[in-house]
Amino acid sequence: MKVDSKLRFDNFVVGSANRLAVAAARAVAETPGMVYNPLFMYSSSGLGKTHLMSAIGNQVAQRKKGLIVELVTLEDFIVDLHAAVAAGDTSPFKEMYLQVGVLLIDDMQFLTGHRETQTELLRLFNALQADGRQIVMTSDRPPAEIADVDERLITRLSGGLIVDIGAPDYETRMAILKAKCEERGVRFRTGVIEELGRLEFKNVRELQGALNRLIAYQTLGGDQIEPHRVLEILGDLADQRVRVDPPAKPSGEFQHFLSDISMAVAQHVEQWKTRLTEAIDYWKSEGYSTGSLERILTADAPPTSVETVLREFEGSVAKLRDLERQIRRLDTPLAAHDAFSDPERLSEAEQLLERALRTSAPPSGPSAAFTRAGFEVGASNQLAVRAADAIVAVPGTRYNPLFIHGPSGVGKTHLLNAIGNGLVPGPSEPGAGAVACVPAQLFVDELIAALQEGTVDRWRARYRAASALLLDDVQFVAGKERTQEELFHVFNALYADGKQLVFASDRPPRELSGLEERLRSRFEGGLVVQMASPDRSLRERLYAKFLIDLGVSPTGEMLSYLGDRAVASVREIIGTANRIVASAEVKAVAVTVGFMRAELEPDAGEASRAEVMRKASDSFFLDREKIAWDWPDPAVRLIEELR
Amino acid sequence: MSLVNYATREITCKIVYYGPGRSGKTTNLHYIYGQVPDDRKGKMVSLATQTDRTLFFDFLPLDLGMISGFTTKFQLYTVPGQVYYQTTRRLVLQGADGVVFVADSQARQLEENVESFQDLHANLADQGIDARTLPLVLQYNKQDLPGDLILSTATMSDALNFRGVPEFSADALHGPGVFETLRAISEVVLKRLSAGAGAVR
Repeated sequence: MKVDSKLRFDNFVVGSANRLAVAAARAVAETPGMVYNPLFMYSSSGLGKTHLMSAIGNQVAQRKKGLIVELVTLEDFIVDLHAAVAAGDTSPFKEMYLQVGVLLIDDMQFLTGHRETQTELLRLFNALQADGRQIVMTSDRPPAEIADVDERLITRLSGGLIVDIGAPDYETRMAILKAKCEERGVRFRTGVIEELGRLEFKNVRELQGALNRLIAYQTLGGDQIEPHRVLEILGDLADQRVRVDPPAKPSGEFQHFLSDISMAVAQHVEQWKTRLTEAIDYWKSEGYSTGSLERILTADAPPTSVETVLREFEGSVAKLRDLERQIRRLDTPLAAHDAFSDPERLSEAEQLLERALRTSAPPSGPSAAFTRAGFEVGASNQLAVRAADAIVAVPGTRYNPLFIHGPSGVGKTHLLNAIGNGLVPGPSEPGAGAVACVPAQLFVDELIAALQEGTVDRWRARYRAASALLLDDVQFVAGKERTQEELFHVFNALYADGKQLVFASDRPPRELSGLEERLRSRFEGGLVVQMASPDRSLRERLYAKFLIDLGVSPTGEMLSYLGDRAVASVREIIGTANRIVASAEVKAVAVTVGFMRAELEPDAGEASRAEVMRKASDSFFLDREKIAWDWPDPAVRLIEELR
Repeated sequence: MSLVNYATREITCKIVYYGPGRSGKTTNLHYIYGQVPDDRKGKMVSLATQTDRTLFFDFLPLDLGMISGFTTKFQLYTVPGQVYYQTTRRLVLQGADGVVFVADSQARQLEENVESFQDLHANLADQGIDARTLPLVLQYNKQDLPGDLILSTATMSDALNFRGVPEFSADALHGPGVFETLRAISEVVLKRLSAGAGAVR
């Protein structure tokens, strides 16, 4: 609908009943989108709503050439929307309205019941206001009284400034009549206009109708109308109109006071709603939930202090932002959790962070008990130890990954932890991640727990943040597809970052059945070293070490004797040393080679079958009386039974 | 009753004219009454003694009509200035949204002005109202009198306006300053709403 260029501010008569509306309309026309957005004007019919709205449109069109001004009645809007829906494509309709700089909508009271139009309007208003476009509406009643309208839309409509236009008072009626006479070039006798002005028309259109009758009477009849005949000429138009006496003296001071107060009320009384609405719009656009503010807005009474409410909200948002930043470092996907965008769920967000912090403690590190200094080197393990020393010296470059394999108890775990301790970043490297030194079984268990809790991302992040990964007993991942998958990714991530990887296993990669090829090839891509059972000289040194630890000073003869005994593992050596010392203590004898031999080889010489049994069995069964030591030949027994 | 009732969409604003006896409080109300069109003013209630002094209080209801969808009503009160009507003053002061202190500019009345101003603060304190938060406007009345009888607004300001509230010189009998004062107190009262504070009750 085109804006009628005849409806301008300069031909709008301003009176006490419309002073505020005119002031607001002028302010809007001068700075569209900046003040009173949306502007909602209401009044009964014929009091100048459409005139004022068109005046805004005309002034904007004249002064701000770039802005598109669109004047529609709500009916037009509904028809257009329905047509677009019927055509199966509402996007041109939406596009068209989204380009509008100043949207003027007349007759908003027809919103009643049009649910889909309300939804569309709400969406349109949100988009336009977010973009700083001006919306002006008129209606015959205030927004709250338009029946059956979505609460959110009402809030929107009321969010700017609501002004009413009252019926013209005597002075305004006089001003309107005089302006119209001038426009039409008609002259009446003194007192005629005044007589008409005294009739209380509640509607400017009716007033104009009455004036038109007088003009017609005078132009057609050719005679000047006498004041006392006005009522007679108007006839039915004047019936039932209250005839007021013109005010004895101009009440200018009071009128000025009234319009000033009107302005102050409009500015201040609903100001809190405007401020809240603005804040809600802003925080919504920032992606935060504004439920708490919206509830205040829909309440009847203003909050004790809007400032405090907004400050508290802002404070909560600042806290949320901080929490979100922290959690992003720990667990990126968790940062998208709803709680981080809802100030009402601040405590929930805090709990989430706390939980994330708890669970994302770095993976367990190497045990300080296993030191490199306490590790005895011999021919059977020297290759592995040299590789370990090289790794500690320059981690992540040579021998990456290092794969140590060997039978149980030869010191793989010790060496692994010793490497880990050597790699632990010093205090001069605060940014470096922790060294992850974990048994493969723990690695698997943690992954399963993370899968159950849905925190795999966090689990993965913990390992990827490590400065080195040392995985013991890696044979346990064999056959576990998901673990291998995750290990593969962690491996790649760390390897790409030049982080050291060390694995220990009871067998070489190629003998690990159930291990995916991609992992096997990676394990073999670095250095695979074997740690064999301790050789003779290593055995002697280990015995010497452990016996001294237990408070026994071994002689060369003792060590030579012990060294001769083949063992599979270091653990066995420790066990033997412990047994000798404990036994000697119990029997209260000194540790000698003879004692050792008696202790370690009790069945040397003529060991009877019974003695073998006795040695192998529990003492409970050693009673001669209760046990049949000699069994008859079963064949003989069978024959006896048959007989 | 709060200043703004959002449920019934009503604004009721109680403004009390306070000051020493004969400073012109009732005159202020009379002037306003004379300016208000008949359909806007209620009946002015004035309980005066035979010597034309306010015995109890004056009450002028003003119906400002519908403003921004709110039925707006102003109630203007005066307190009896004489010292011995202390109880009435307290009663009238109860629930005030704003106070206009009408001071007598005559030099010989300075003492009374200061006393009455202190009395206002004491009465407010009695009702648990922080005088610093209550909207207050000062009016230096009778500025039309010959210069040798009155104190200048600057001197009056020095004596009374230590809080730096809006102040107006006035001639309540003839009108200058009356509506300026009323407008100022109304605006201060309404402004408090935007700051989120309700009425002082």
